Amino acid sequence: MRSYVANSKREMAEMLNAIGVTDMDALFMDIPWDARCKRQLSLDDGKSEIEVRRKFDAYDTSAARLPLFMGAGAYRHYIPAVVPALLARSEFYTAYTPYQAEMSQGMLQGIFEYQTYMCRLTGMDVSNASVYDGATACAETMIALRAATRKNKILYSAALHPEYIQTMRTYARFTGFELVEIPFTENGETDLMYAVRHTQAAAGMIAASPNFYGVIEDIAQMADFSHTAGILFVTVSNPLSLGLLKRPGDVGADFCVGEGQPLGIPLSAGGPYLGFMAANKTYMRNLPGRIVGQTEDAWGNRAFVLTLQAREQHIRREKASSNICSNQSLCALTAAMYLGAMGPAGLKEVALQCLQKAHYLYDGIHSIPAFAARYPKSAFFHEFVTDYKGDAIALNSKLKEKGFIGGLPLCRYFKGDTGLLFCATEVLTRSEIDGFLNALEVAVK
Amino acid sequence: MRKPYKLIFEKHCIDRRAADLPALDVPKMDGLVPQACLGEALPLPSLSEMDLVRHYTGLSRRNFGVDNGSYPLGSCTMKYNPKLNEELTAHFNDLHPLLDDDALSAAYELQFALDRALCAVCGMDKFTLQPAAGAHGELTGLMVMRSYHNMRQDFLRAEMLIPDAAHGTNPASATMAGFKAVELKSLPDGGVDVEALKQAVSEKTAGLMLTNPNTLGLFEKNILEITQIVHDAGGLVYYDGANINAIMGKARPGDMGFDVMHVNLHKSFGTPHGGGGPGAGPVGVKKELIPFLPAPLIMKKNGRARPDYDRPLSIGRVKAFNGNFGVLVKAYAYILSLGADGLREASEAAVLNANYLRHYLKDVYELPYDGLCMHEFVLTPGALNEQGIHNVDIAKALIDYGYHPPTISFPLIVREAMMFEPTETESREDLDGLIYALRQIAETAKTDPDSLRSAPLTTPVGRPDETRAARNPIVIAPLSSSDRL
Repeated sequence: MRSYVANSKREMAEMLNAIGVTDMDALFMDIPWDARCKRQLSLDDGKSEIEVRRKFDAYDTSAARLPLFMGAGAYRHYIPAVVPALLARSEFYTAYTPYQAEMSQGMLQGIFEYQTYMCRLTGMDVSNASVYDGATACAETMIALRAATRKNKILYSAALHPEYIQTMRTYARFTGFELVEIPFTENGETDLMYAVRHTQAAAGMIAASPNFYGVIEDIAQMADFSHTAGILFVTVSNPLSLGLLKRPGDVGADFCVGEGQPLGIPLSAGGPYLGFMAANKTYMRNLPGRIVGQTEDAWGNRAFVLTLQAREQHIRREKASSNICSNQSLCALTAAMYLGAMGPAGLKEVALQCLQKAHYLYDGIHSIPAFAARYPKSAFFHEFVTDYKGDAIALNSKLKEKGFIGGLPLCRYFKGDTGLLFCATEVLTRSEIDGFLNALEVAVK
Repeated sequence: MRKPYKLIFEKHCIDRRAADLPALDVPKMDGLVPQACLGEALPLPSLSEMDLVRHYTGLSRRNFGVDNGSYPLGSCTMKYNPKLNEELTAHFNDLHPLLDDDALSAAYELQFALDRALCAVCGMDKFTLQPAAGAHGELTGLMVMRSYHNMRQDFLRAEMLIPDAAHGTNPASATMAGFKAVELKSLPDGGVDVEALKQAVSEKTAGLMLTNPNTLGLFEKNILEITQIVHDAGGLVYYDGANINAIMGKARPGDMGFDVMHVNLHKSFGTPHGGGGPGAGPVGVKKELIPFLPAPLIMKKNGRARPDYDRPLSIGRVKAFNGNFGVLVKAYAYILSLGADGLREASEAAVLNANYLRHYLKDVYELPYDGLCMHEFVLTPGALNEQGIHNVDIAKALIDYGYHPPTISFPLIVREAMMFEPTETESREDLDGLIYALRQIAETAKTDPDSLRSAPLTTPVGRPDETRAARNPIVIAPLSSSDRL
């Protein structure tokens, strides 16, 4: 059994004696008899380090080593070695939220730099220190939109990630929101002709580009549309795509939020990831969660602190802008380190390679007669939907036997949907893509 | 002594390069993205790899974690984070969250096993591992309570009773779940005033949120009566598991009458706090509330752990994908390592360390409530206030002795509270060092109070001007001409 208790049994006995307590049980006298554990917890006995390691070595995670043609909100990108090496500095990861600013300047500056990075990437004015993930960033944005406009009606594009929509619906459940889903057109673009009938008394519209189906939407047009209708516009962005695509802030988006996982954060079966939230400065005080600000100490040294705390739960309690009392600090730091390692040229190169490889894959797949592109007229970044008349799940099983992870069968979210959502990123080599195309061709015969 | 430390943006040097990529190995196509959608060059800094390493290594040296020294931050359970557990997440790093069930089998088995282990520790029947943090768990648990009442057509139950000693997230979460937070006055020891509770409950009561041991580090002696009162009124009782490090293997919330609870894996189960996150806040419930937990829920089907999506009464999703999976891995490894005996010993040692610390400080500071404590306790400056010394001065002075300060000014019911939680992983020498420092500070408060007011002096910066930061918020670095490409 491992123990991380510092003191030996003998030392503990001496300490009890020193403070005049007869035995360990005396310390727990306040627990009423009927509420006490009368027997040992039903858990296995503790294990040595080697035994724990063996247990984990026995887990079959072989799918992690296969070339991956799936994205759908979580992406495999190359993570430069310098990023995990720097994250392993335990001054960062074993620290708490930086309440004591003087001894937390490292993390505070790191988060301040993250906020700056996110603003420079998205073109927005302000950023918070992050929330849990892309889904909760969208849900928190609904609350921010309501606070900013005093209106309960939120329009959102049906082309958002289905799990983000589900999460928004949960958050809206008991708090009087009216959610209106805006369908998308046959080109996979949010249907503004539909939206126009619902903007009355709405707070804002939330739409993604690239959207869940990979389509690059015209965010400039959506921003103009929203502002003409007198509502706010929120873009959900893949931050990595901004190495290439126009920044939401440059076309007038009021908020830009999303999932920061593509910025150096491992897939890790779904988390921890990074929800980023950036906004026009008008809405700074509507942002939830931690925000780091710059100030000075008494000697005029630049210093960083958690700021604008009057929004937060520990001050405002039931009137707070959100209940969130943490951020994904270490993941935010990861994103900043990744952007630092890539630099502007590297980020652009990653985005370009994703674009090129996904299009190479797209052309290859659609040269196979069994597959038909669903949105052939629309531009896409690194994901696209292909219709397949056969059984997509059976297809993926065959591909796995050949050593590949195929696209996401959309029937996972929509019963009867014949689509597969494919993705290619910079980590796939041409030979892997060619091998995958061969396997596809054989599998559909 | 205090040297300015540049921002990463101030280290930008055009054309420097850290990471690189292999040359594009597929034929390059043009015109793939409409010109109108293409962005301009991004104003991001260019650095060499050495620049980056020096920058973040420098930042790390301006930070303080548990590995640097004692961190007795009350209610935060800053215990040691085992190195083994940090390594084990690597097994799962490259697993995509939307793979088919067979490919994710290992991840689901681990989650199911963690759910079972948490149930054993807490006396609950089922845990969801989806919530990403304690506050997220509160929100989830409260929505479960709301759904339960709605299911029973009990729509009037809109009041959530919350003691004034509670964590600020409790009332904030209640609001987000659509409840009206009703504040319950606590007794001076932070305990629930049973008579006041009897008066407060009614047919409008949805439930009570409680932290036990409470935020003064005292166990609710009347806990069984308290949960009974709420149940008799038709309400449910929520356990804020922030303080469960005091009672693992000693008592279980499920046995005290709690219906819903969260645990903070980053507190009691040894996963690192990451400088503010990521954590994880699994929510456990009693049997009758299982149908309302977020979907999907990991269940055993034909002997295999699989996500169950077919949950018509579920509140829905609270997060994308499988929760903060990497954090779950570390917590599971922690529980495997310690086992039943190890968890109980951890709680015992945590409570002993707190009592030891308290014993040697109570004559120089004021204890708002005497008697033995659980895993944490609250002190106030007491008579030191007469020297013009406040809790914040004591906290800042402690930094110069090489320790992280306690939580200050919480709980709100104690004026100038200083809340200490040493945890079980501090040695006797660590505690003696902390005691020495705090006693020296109390002495200095009498002989040379001015020196405390200028503390800390050993840190990269002195006390920052927080008012200025809030009045004139600067939340990003300005773009200078040299940042342009």
